[in-house]
Amino acid sequence: MSAVPAKLPGAVEAVLMPFLNIMVALFVSGLVVWGLGEDPFFALSLLIEGAFGYEEAIGYTFYYATNFIFTGLAVSVAFHAGHFNIGGEGQAMLGGLGLTLAVLWLGDTAPVLSIFLAIIGAAVFGAAWAFIPAWLQAKRGSHIVITTIMFNFIASAFLAYLLVGPLQRPGGQMPESSDFPDGTGLMQFHEVLEMVGIRFEQSPLNASFLIALMAAFGVWFLLTRTRFGYEMRVAGKNAHAAAFAGVSVSRVTIIALMLSGALAGMMGLNELLGEQLRLIGNFTLGYGFVGIAVAFMGRNHPLGIVLAAVLFGVLYQGGAELAFEMPNITRDLIVVIQGLVILFAGAMPHLLRKPVALLYARMARKGAV
Amino acid sequence: MEFLVDILLLSDSTLRVAGPLILAALAGLCAERAGIVDIGLEGKMLAAAFAAASAASVTASPWAGLLAGIVASVLLSLLHGYVSINQRGNQIVSGMAINIMVAGLAPTLANAWFSRGGQTPLLPSEARFTEITLPFADAISGVPLLGAIYSDLLSGHSLLTYVAFVAVPTVGWILYKTRFGLRLRAVGENPEAVDTAGISVTLLRYQAMIIAGILCGISGSALSTALGAGFIRDMSAGKGFLALAAMIFGKWKPVPTLLACLLFAFVDALQGRLQGVALPLVGEIPVQFTIMLPYVLTVIILAGFVGKMEAPKASGIPYEKDR
Repeated sequence: MSAVPAKLPGAVEAVLMPFLNIMVALFVSGLVVWGLGEDPFFALSLLIEGAFGYEEAIGYTFYYATNFIFTGLAVSVAFHAGHFNIGGEGQAMLGGLGLTLAVLWLGDTAPVLSIFLAIIGAAVFGAAWAFIPAWLQAKRGSHIVITTIMFNFIASAFLAYLLVGPLQRPGGQMPESSDFPDGTGLMQFHEVLEMVGIRFEQSPLNASFLIALMAAFGVWFLLTRTRFGYEMRVAGKNAHAAAFAGVSVSRVTIIALMLSGALAGMMGLNELLGEQLRLIGNFTLGYGFVGIAVAFMGRNHPLGIVLAAVLFGVLYQGGAELAFEMPNITRDLIVVIQGLVILFAGAMPHLLRKPVALLYARMARKGAV
Repeated sequence: MEFLVDILLLSDSTLRVAGPLILAALAGLCAERAGIVDIGLEGKMLAAAFAAASAASVTASPWAGLLAGIVASVLLSLLHGYVSINQRGNQIVSGMAINIMVAGLAPTLANAWFSRGGQTPLLPSEARFTEITLPFADAISGVPLLGAIYSDLLSGHSLLTYVAFVAVPTVGWILYKTRFGLRLRAVGENPEAVDTAGISVTLLRYQAMIIAGILCGISGSALSTALGAGFIRDMSAGKGFLALAAMIFGKWKPVPTLLACLLFAFVDALQGRLQGVALPLVGEIPVQFTIMLPYVLTVIILAGFVGKMEAPKASGIPYEKDR
């Protein structure tokens, strides 16, 4: 039998083991590429060239990463409280709706105020969409995985209804809203650099990247420096012990899942307020699910999540170029890699523990002699 | 008369839609009764649908398709078993990994093999499981009521639909009337006791995963070779999760699970019929809202307003032998 819980030093545990698991996932991904009849090493070089080869590509890489920081944090906050929120898609859609309503309501009269309101609207609508599954989980024990998946489908249909009905651009044919009024978008990265005299190619990278970093810091602070964060982690590790210690587990569950929904909802800041400047149907494009892989890859630590999000940014941006160059590879391959990362980093974290422990023990013995 | 015809048509499509749902729910039931939570039903269905459509398209035989679908689903089931039993990993995470992996892999392979933008070619009718006319269906179709029920409602479904309905008593018989079934249920409630009796928990759970894989494989194959005529991206559309909800609503028992599946299938059939129909009082309901119906029903059922649900006690908990 495998999965022997052996003792390993902290650094090996925190850095080497997750790294090895991700390497296994990427190795299997390479096998898939090879199976599709393409050269995995050439594919890797195309991927990296596509992600970092020129300024615009770098901008895109971090633009995608911004989405994944939000959704990755969302999954991890819920996971710390012991729950698996896979409703990031639906929560992001509703977040997008919240910010759109704020911008369309106040954008003409008070653009700057409307941007602040949009940020709040995204978070509040995302949290609200998480509330019903959260409440059902806390009070009725309804399976959060199934209810959040159902809420994804419901959100998608609801948004589709709004975008061909009340919110559709007057006279338009596409499922999208009117354009946001002038001056309501978030600042672009190249505009900021231009102000300090640096020329950078235009890309969709925008100020929400900074908001995402602040959110990561906020989550770190919440988890490690506040009483509620502590309660959350205790409830996640052992709900009985937490209840015995006087923590209201159902309250913690509801708040943690709503925070999770708020973070997922803020993804719309990057996609809509940063780039599209209108609400479009299904703008989330599966990024809510990417958050699951990002959270596991980053070991549910905010810093790890930021790094993992950048790596997935590389996969998405580089993958787009790769799909262009290699006809047998489509962007669906990135979804396969996500699944493999979740499998090896999330479901089988102890796969390589035994060989590593044996190797470590042997090295330690040699070192002692 | 018009009303009766409506009821008949609705019941007919309920039975048709119910087939894959019943098989998937039974798969989840077998896995959970043995103590393994199988959230990856959705992915296994999708994998089977793709494998079945590909094989049927290449060989022009629905049987080859069915076999390929079952093999794909069983392989994924064994992977989930390995994670859950040997690695003692998080079963929910493993199931989600399978769902996401397949959601990417199926269209990737479809694109590489058939170059049709992530779909498989449309299957001709000889490569599909087509409608079967039951014996004497034509002869008694003229008989009032009985003729309508037998010839129009019960007759004329694909073989896999009948397999689904036969699978319910079969699974019930295995679970409740055989020694294997007793052990399987015991391993989901109290694996320590099973282990103490000298029976392998590991082997039993793997056997349960294989049964679940076969059932789910038939379910997915039905999607692409009986209900549909080829593989389409994301064609499982949450049915694996609906099946799980039906299993929970059916309290992990075969016959109540069947009834729950019929309810879901009825709502699904109803939403198809409601599209574009003006109802009294409310008028025409926008199609986006009728699409929501099965999903909303699932949430309401899971909210537990319809009775208490208790999962098998050891379900989702990896078994660890004491040393």
